[in-house]
Amino acid sequence: MGSIFSIQQVINGLQVGSIYALIALGYTMVYGIVRLINFAHGDFFMLGAYAAYGTFFVFNALIVSKSGVTAFFVLLASMAAGGIIALLTNQLAYRPLRYKPKLSSLITAIGVSMFLEYFLSALPMVGPSYRPFPDVIPRVNIKIGTATISNIVIIDILVAAVLMVGLTLLVKKTALGKAMRAVSQDKDAARLMGIDIEKGIAFTFLIGGAFAGAAGLLAGMTYPRIFPYMGIQPGLKAFIAAVLGGIGNIPGAVLGAYIMGLAETFASAYNSLIGEGIAFAILIVVLLVRPTGLLGEKTADKI
Amino acid sequence: MLEVKNLKVSYGKIEAIKDVSFEVPDGKIVTLIGANGAGKTTTLRAISGLEKSAGGSVFFDGKDVTNLEAHKLVPLGISHVPEGRKIFPTLTVRENLELAGWTLRNKKLIKERMEEVFEIFPRVKERADQLGGTLSGGEQQMLAVGRALVTGGKLLLLDEPSMGLAPVLVDEIFTQIVAINKRGTTILLVEQNAAEALDIADFAYVLEVGYSTLHGPAKDIANDPRVREAYLGV
Repeated sequence: MGSIFSIQQVINGLQVGSIYALIALGYTMVYGIVRLINFAHGDFFMLGAYAAYGTFFVFNALIVSKSGVTAFFVLLASMAAGGIIALLTNQLAYRPLRYKPKLSSLITAIGVSMFLEYFLSALPMVGPSYRPFPDVIPRVNIKIGTATISNIVIIDILVAAVLMVGLTLLVKKTALGKAMRAVSQDKDAARLMGIDIEKGIAFTFLIGGAFAGAAGLLAGMTYPRIFPYMGIQPGLKAFIAAVLGGIGNIPGAVLGAYIMGLAETFASAYNSLIGEGIAFAILIVVLLVRPTGLLGEKTADKI
Repeated sequence: MLEVKNLKVSYGKIEAIKDVSFEVPDGKIVTLIGANGAGKTTTLRAISGLEKSAGGSVFFDGKDVTNLEAHKLVPLGISHVPEGRKIFPTLTVRENLELAGWTLRNKKLIKERMEEVFEIFPRVKERADQLGGTLSGGEQQMLAVGRALVTGGKLLLLDEPSMGLAPVLVDEIFTQIVAINKRGTTILLVEQNAAEALDIADFAYVLEVGYSTLHGPAKDIANDPRVREAYLGV
């Protein structure tokens, strides 16, 4: 196998980091705009995986098509599911509490999370147990030097990269993206520019949820199994990644996620138990040295 | 143009304004003067929809706009330069101005208005590609006024435009306020710098602990012995 830091491990680390990054972006964007830690966010990831699963079988049953086409629609379905559920969560659960004490929203977020997990477990067609995730794209192993890497791992990294470049363009270049940034920087000023801040917030939930949904599909393809509680662990790790990078800061979330992915993979290669714990260790160390996270700016807000 | 009747705004149990009434006639400059905590800022925030009122009414152009949301008042023609300027710090000056055109949905019109702003405040043009957060206080104030001009309201609400500025800049800002008024924009000005405000205003209202008390033509108010003692330090 070679060293802990072999090319194989670096690529695996980037793959894990890519999935964390897609989830962490939603955490950080939502925090940036409404100062809420959306604890239901990991469940949008899980819903994305289930939507992908369902769409794959519907496509296979109804339409005989090339796997590339199916894969594209499966990705769309996962993003749509994550995005729409996130949007509905905002409108139904968080919006009525917007100007109430922060703790109400936080507790509600935990409630929404549990609701989504138990509701899906209780649905007869879903159920609480593991399901094997189908090969949306046939699995092929690729040899790069001494490393053997699955094409799925490469796809994970590339899809995440494309989505993140898209998000960067959206946020930096488009009027909508600028309006979103304006709302997260100063709500009063944004309103005085004529921006409907509720629309900006809704759009942020939609995008964040869609990214988590896409991550759900990628995780499903990679580890090929899904279950209603699959969002808890990656959700927590992605949250840590967002805090590590400086919550509210978009590049910070991505940086934090890759650091976490790599650290976890290297540590697991040494000892799998350390791998599980390393995220928390890094978080504690970084927060001791830089309480605002790696790229975070100082803020007076508390959770 | 604007008519505020018996306006009342509370923050929780604290009544920030209890009974404020005044009028802003078309094309004029009206100033609200008063001490810290008199309710000047709250009054402006209630007019532009940033605060919900607990009573009273606001009529704009003959329409009841009481408690209409801020983003709906912008296209109707109310532009508000808020206290503390509230520039978007990580957007460039240009982006700050472009966003002010959000409700216009007309790139050409936004560009024209931005050019006007650059003409009025050449300093803003020089800084166009800098981040809003890197501007000095005076430049931020110019940008804040510039943004309001891009939104293009018939009524401009100005909250303490002179706050924290060097005297030279205060004069410049006030000169531009008069110029903006001359071009046809009605102005409601809130100021602690009562002398300067009364100097350029047509009408003045005095706010005291949540009530509107004295009012009249700005010249008369400036000569009122009570005002001279309390706000002009004479």
